[in-house]
Amino acid sequence: MKLSLETIIDQYRADPTRLMDILLDIQSAKGRIGRTAIDLIAKKCKISVVDVEQTVSFYHFFSTEPRGRYTVYLNNSVVAKMMGSEKIARAFEKEAGCTFGSVSSDGLIGLFETSCIGMNDQEPSAIINNVVFPNLTVHSVKKIIEGMRKGKKVSELQTVKPGDGNNGSKLLTTAISNNIRKKGPVIFSEYKQGEVVKALTTLTPQVIIYTMKKSGLRGRGGAGFPVGLKWELCRKSAGDKKYIFCNADEGEPGTFKDRVILTERPQLLFEGMAAAGFAVGSDQGILYLRFEYYYLKEYLEAILDDMRKKKLLGKNIAGRSGFNFTIRIQFGAGAYICGEESALIESAEGKRGEPRDRPPFPVNKGYLGRPTVINNVETLCAAAKILLFGEDWYRSLGTPQSTGTKVLSISGDCLYPGIYEIAWGSTIGEILEMAGAEKVQAVLVGGPSGSFVGPAQFNRKLCYEDLATGGSFIIFNESRDLLKDAVLNFTEFFIEESCGSCAPCRFMTVILKNKLEKLLHGKGVAQDLVDLEKWSSIMQANRCGLGQTAANPIRTTLSNFNHLYTVLIRTNDDFVSEFDLKSAVADSCAVAGRKPMLHGA
Amino acid sequence: MNTAITFTIDGTTCTAETGMYVIGAAQKNGIYIPSLCNMDGVAPRGSCRVCTVRINGKLMAACTTPVSEGMKIENDTEELRDLRSQIIETLFVEGNHFCPSCEKSGNCELQALAYRFKIMVPRYPYRFPVREIDASNPKLIKDHNRCILCKRCVRAIKTKDGKNLFAFKNRGHKLAIIIDPSLASSITDELAERASKVCPVGALIKKETGFAQPIGSRTYDRSPIGSTVELAATSPNAKETAL
Ligand SMILES: Cc1cc2nc3c(=O)[nH]c(=O)nc-3n(C[C@H](O)[C@H](O)[C@H](O)COP(=O)(O)O)c2cc1C
Ligand code: SF4
Ligand code: SF4
Repeated sequence: MKLSLETIIDQYRADPTRLMDILLDIQSAKGRIGRTAIDLIAKKCKISVVDVEQTVSFYHFFSTEPRGRYTVYLNNSVVAKMMGSEKIARAFEKEAGCTFGSVSSDGLIGLFETSCIGMNDQEPSAIINNVVFPNLTVHSVKKIIEGMRKGKKVSELQTVKPGDGNNGSKLLTTAISNNIRKKGPVIFSEYKQGEVVKALTTLTPQVIIYTMKKSGLRGRGGAGFPVGLKWELCRKSAGDKKYIFCNADEGEPGTFKDRVILTERPQLLFEGMAAAGFAVGSDQGILYLRFEYYYLKEYLEAILDDMRKKKLLGKNIAGRSGFNFTIRIQFGAGAYICGEESALIESAEGKRGEPRDRPPFPVNKGYLGRPTVINNVETLCAAAKILLFGEDWYRSLGTPQSTGTKVLSISGDCLYPGIYEIAWGSTIGEILEMAGAEKVQAVLVGGPSGSFVGPAQFNRKLCYEDLATGGSFIIFNESRDLLKDAVLNFTEFFIEESCGSCAPCRFMTVILKNKLEKLLHGKGVAQDLVDLEKWSSIMQANRCGLGQTAANPIRTTLSNFNHLYTVLIRTNDDFVSEFDLKSAVADSCAVAGRKPMLHGA
Repeated sequence: MNTAITFTIDGTTCTAETGMYVIGAAQKNGIYIPSLCNMDGVAPRGSCRVCTVRINGKLMAACTTPVSEGMKIENDTEELRDLRSQIIETLFVEGNHFCPSCEKSGNCELQALAYRFKIMVPRYPYRFPVREIDASNPKLIKDHNRCILCKRCVRAIKTKDGKNLFAFKNRGHKLAIIIDPSLASSITDELAERASKVCPVGALIKKETGFAQPIGSRTYDRSPIGSTVELAATSPNAKETAL
C-alpha cells in the first residue's frame, strides 16, 4: 500500500523529534524527499523549512532527487577495494548503462557509493533497495541487473543461497554469512531466552550495579567506560523518565560483530537492555540501528513482539510487578558520526548528527533532555551474561585490567575472515595465526580511528593495558600499497563523515589529504613530512572522537611505517610547489584558444 | 546556588563563581581567551575551537567548559598560540577572504585575530574554492566566500515565535549556511541588522548600507581584539566595548 505524505507524518503525530522516522518512511515510499514533502513536513510539524532541510541534507541515504527504482549502494571502503570492488563497479556501470553517482536515463537503476557497510568479511558487497548483496562477482552483477530489467522484486534478485545460522531463517532470508570462527564463553556461548530477566526478579538495582562494578566490565564500543559506573550515574541522576539506548550504529570501518550478535543473539541483547533499564530505573529502551542493517528490521521486530507476548518485555516482566520495559528500533540514515553517543541522541531526536558539547553528559541530560544510558550491543550482551554467571566467573576471563572477552571483526588479507570471540590479552601474532594470515605488512587495530601496527609490534596484546580496540582488525599483506590503498582512503572517509562543526575536523583533514597526495604524486620534500606531523597535531583540539582521531591513519603510519614516506620524498629539492601552472591556466587557455607558454615546460 | 571558586590560568590565581564558562571566568579576571564562534548572550557551541585551552592537561574548549574549583588552566602558551594560529589559518584557506574589499574589514573578528596572531600569510596552500554570493534575500547578502561556519547566526537569530531562520546544510567540507526562504520575507530591518552584527565576518551583510562607517575608525581599528579585556585588568575604569 502506498502511503500519502500526510498519513506518514500523522503516523508520528507530526512530532518533530520523530523527523528521522518521517523522512525514512517518505524516502522509502516515494524514492526521494522532494520539495513538496519538505514543505509539508515543516508545516505540519510546525518547524521551519530549513529545519527539515538541515536533517535531510546530513544523511547519506536521504535524497531530494530520485535515485532510481533500484538503488545500488556499493561499498567503497578499503577492504572492499582490496577484494575487487573496482571490477564490480565497472560491471555495474556496463550493465546499468550509467556511471556511479547517477541514475540510468530510464530512471530504473541508480548507482552510488557508500562507506563501509559492515560486510568486510564478504566483500565486495552492496546494498540494493535496503537488502545486502554480499560476495558480488561480475557474473552475479549481470544476473542482478537482468532481474531488475525484468522488474523483479529485490528479494528475488539474490543469486546465491541464504547464509548460515539465523541468516537462513524465515524472516531473514539473506545471503549474508555469520562467519563465526571462534565462539567464546560470553557472547556466543549457550543461552536460553528469558533466563536473564527471570534472574533479575531476585535482584535489586543496587546489586546489579554492584555486580557490574565488580565484574570490571567496560564499554565495548571503543571508549571503554566502566559499565557499573555509567549505570550508577544515570540511576542517581534526577529525571521523570530515563532511557536506555543500545548503540548499534557500527560504523567504524572493519567492524561487523554487532551485525552477527544482532543476528544470533538478539534476545540476549534485549534482555541486557531490560537489565540496564531495571538497574537505572528506565522503562524505555531504544535500539539505534544503522540504516545499512535495515534488512534486520522485520526479523528484530518479530522477536520483540514474541518477547512481549512471552512477558519477557512489556509490563510486569517475568511476573515482577513494576518491572516494565519496552524497546523500539530507531534507524539512522547513513552517517558514521551518529555512532558517537551524543550525535546518536541528536539523530534519534530528529536532528543532524552533530555531537553535543560536554558536559552535560548523557547520563544527566541525554535523549529529550532526560538521563540516558548508551551502551554498545556487545556490552549489553556481556552485562546480561554477568548477571547469569556472576562477576567472579567474568573476572576469571581476560587480564586483571581487561576482564572478559572481546569479539573481534577480522578482515583483509587472511584465509579466515570473520568473527572471533577471544579473551583479552591475546597478542596480535596469535590472532594473525588463527586467522591464517601470512606475509603481513601491517594490521589496523581499532579501525581507522585506531592505529596501524607493523611486525615489530606483533607481540603487543589486545587489552586496555596495551592496545585497546572496539574490535576492528584489518590485515594488510606485503603486496599492498599501504599509503595509497589504505591511508588515503581512510583520510577521505573522515573527510566525508565529519559533521563539519569543528573547524580543524572539517578542513584540516582536507589539507592533510592534499599533502598526502602531493607525496604520492612524487612531489614531496622532507619539509612535507614535518608539516604532516605538525599540522595534524591540532586535530586533538576537536570536539569529539572523530575529529580527534581523523589524522590517526597518517600519524600512526608516520611513526610506525616511516620508511614508506621517506622513499617518496625528493632529497635533492628543498621546495616543490603543489601548484600546477599548466592545469591552473588550462581553462583560460581553452577560452582564449591559446597554447600556454610555460617556463621550463 | 552559585558559589565562589578559585582556579589558576597560566599560574595566576583567579576567582569566579560556579555556573560560568571558563572563557567568561577568564574575562572576569582580565584574561582574554581568543575565540570566534563564542558570543555573549548566545548559547555557546564550541565549533571554531580557537578558544582551546589545556585544563588539567587536557585540551578543552573554554567556551563550553564550566569553570570549577581548582582547575589548572593553560592559556597563553607557545603550544596554544600556535594551535590557535593554525586554526585561524585553516579558516583563511578554507574560504576566500579578500579583506581590502570587504565591508566587514576593521569590524571583522577573523581579521582582528589574524592581526593578534601576527599572521602574514597562512602556512597552508590556498584553495580558492568557488563559492556563491546569494543576494536573493530582500534584506541580506549571504557571501559564502567569507562564511566561517561558526553557527552564530543559527544560534542567535530566530523569528518571533522562536523558529530557526538560519541552518546548516550538508556536512563536513560541504557544510553551508542556508536561510529559510519562506521566513525570509519576515526579516525586519532590525533583524537583518542584528544578523550582520552577529556574524563575526562579512558573510552576512545588510543590504543598502555599505561602508556607513569609514575604514580606519572601526572597532578593531581603534583597539585590537582582546585589548579591552586585557586593559580592564590593568585599569579598573576601562569599559568593555559592546559587540
Ligand atoms: C566517531 C565515533 C563513532 C562511534 N561509533 C560507535 C559505534 O558505532 N558503536 C558504538 O557502540 N560506539 C561507538 N562510539 C562510541 C560511543 O560514543 C560510546 O562511547 C559508546 O556507544 C558507549 O557504549 P559502551 O560504553 O558500551 O562502549 C563511537 C564514538 C565516536 C567518537
Ligand atoms: S570533531 Fe568532527 S565530527 Fe566531531 S563534532 Fe567536531 S566536526 Fe563534528
Ligand atoms: S554566516 Fe556568519 S554567523 Fe553565520 S555561520 Fe557563517 S560566519 Fe558564522
